[in-house]
Amino acid sequence: MEKSDMSKRIDINDLNIFYGAFHAVKDVTMAIEPKTVTAFIGPSGCGKSTFLRTLNRMHEVIPGARVEGEVSIDGRNLYGRGVDPVDVRREVGMVFQRPNPFPTMSIKENVLAGVRLNSKRLSSGAADELAERSLRGANLWNEVKDRLDKPGSSLSGGQQQRLCIARAIAVQPQVLLMDEPCSALDPISTLAIEDLINELKSDYTVVIVTHNMQQAARVSDRTGFFNLEATGQPGQLVEFDDTQRIFNNPAQQATEDYISGRFG
Amino acid sequence: MSETITRAPRRSGPARRVGDVVFSGTSRASALLILVILAGVAIFLTVEALPVFTSGSADITGGEGFFSYVWPLVAGTVIASIIAMVVATPIAVGIALFVSHYASRRIGQTIGFVVDLLAAVPSVVFGMWGMQVFAPKLVPFFGWLEDNLGFLPFFADGSATGRTLLTAALVLAVMILPIITSVSREVFVQTPRLHEEAALALGATKWEMIRTAVIPFGTPGVIGGTMLGLGRALGETMAVAIILSPGPFTWNLIGTGNKTIPSEIALNFPEAAGLRLSELIAAGLVLFALTLAVNLIARWIVDRRSEFSGAN
Repeated sequence: MEKSDMSKRIDINDLNIFYGAFHAVKDVTMAIEPKTVTAFIGPSGCGKSTFLRTLNRMHEVIPGARVEGEVSIDGRNLYGRGVDPVDVRREVGMVFQRPNPFPTMSIKENVLAGVRLNSKRLSSGAADELAERSLRGANLWNEVKDRLDKPGSSLSGGQQQRLCIARAIAVQPQVLLMDEPCSALDPISTLAIEDLINELKSDYTVVIVTHNMQQAARVSDRTGFFNLEATGQPGQLVEFDDTQRIFNNPAQQATEDYISGRFG
Repeated sequence: MSETITRAPRRSGPARRVGDVVFSGTSRASALLILVILAGVAIFLTVEALPVFTSGSADITGGEGFFSYVWPLVAGTVIASIIAMVVATPIAVGIALFVSHYASRRIGQTIGFVVDLLAAVPSVVFGMWGMQVFAPKLVPFFGWLEDNLGFLPFFADGSATGRTLLTAALVLAVMILPIITSVSREVFVQTPRLHEEAALALGATKWEMIRTAVIPFGTPGVIGGTMLGLGRALGETMAVAIILSPGPFTWNLIGTGNKTIPSEIALNFPEAAGLRLSELIAAGLVLFALTLAVNLIARWIVDRRSEFSGAN
């Protein structure tokens, strides 16, 4: 399989996010390089998850949400005229805060759910092969290969989250978004996911939101720090740089204060 | 705080609090009460029906024994109820999905209210409407069925009044629509947002999201609602008694004929005595068993998939 050119560059230009009249995130401009892991950190309510959701237009699920500005993946604006959010989401996969396998589907059907949606007819051989490849890609194959027909909800939390990652990569997205993927997991499962993120980097552009600064330091190449000036004010991107730099020698005082645990 | 706990008098086992004892006692009593009532009904039906099974078959209405008497009633009841269920369920699920996932909040609430209002219409009113208004309106439709599908035994000979089993079944469908709709709506609304978002994030369209997340999650509830509706259709008395002009069993759904158990009981009970009374009560026992079987089957269908229900 040609995976080599699947990861894409993301350019965000002057992005503003609103929920009705509420200005949630202000003036974000950044470039996310292909085959890197980018982490967003910041205090609760700073808009980092909201911002992540605009990268696959999932914020539109909430009525009244809208954006101004531009998000381009390899030059194609996601918010351009006539771009269907459904198509965007097929190219930009997402993993959520809490594992959410479909409870009515078996492990295998969960992995194949996205592919079946794309209404491709799969021969049973191709389905088996894709399920195995995706589960291997999510480091879950060895744990579930003997019980592929059991419900996805029979797995542990960490396994469920890796199942969700397998489901997301089964449709071969260009970008993988993760919204605090480990916040509901124990340390061992967290480690397994972090290892997996490191491996996914070789094939995908990964963007992760995390509450855990050590996690950002461990898994990411680049880190963006989001903050808000006061409650009710829009969140903004304070600093975006190499992870090393953010954690060792940040340019902004606010970043340093947050990293060193003085607030947040 | 911890001091208070250690100082509390310790008996063997955990402390018994008055509130807990009272609550567990009353809830246990309620649970027992339902069993007692059910057993009481079953015993009454069985005891009162007993003469039917001990007397000679020539004494039973029709002169050929209880089974010959009751099977046309069972057939009429089951056929009418199944038609009602088959007609009502897809419409109810459609309304429920519209209200829960497509309509704006205001329109959804209005439709929900109207559907609930439908449940408040007394069955006798449905019966009168069915006989006076709906049945005559169906006569041309029956004529069409006869002309085009007359080769099927179900549509052999159209009735001139329209007061047929199919009419009764369609009115039953209207009557059970609210219960199926409101139960379905209730479960569709409860679909976890996480599952809906999971589907959307995979690139599902709205309908695909509903198909992958909402409907599978709601299926046990829809089955439950359908069975409640079926139960109501099986037991519906007044509307059927008014609409249907009763007669012997016939496969012809659009012609005169057929009876259902509840309407047979209602129409004959006031003047029945002796063995005839026992016959009717025995028919009631059969209906009771039928409804019980329907509920058990529904339970079985729901349980069969419980591993995948998301409750674990």
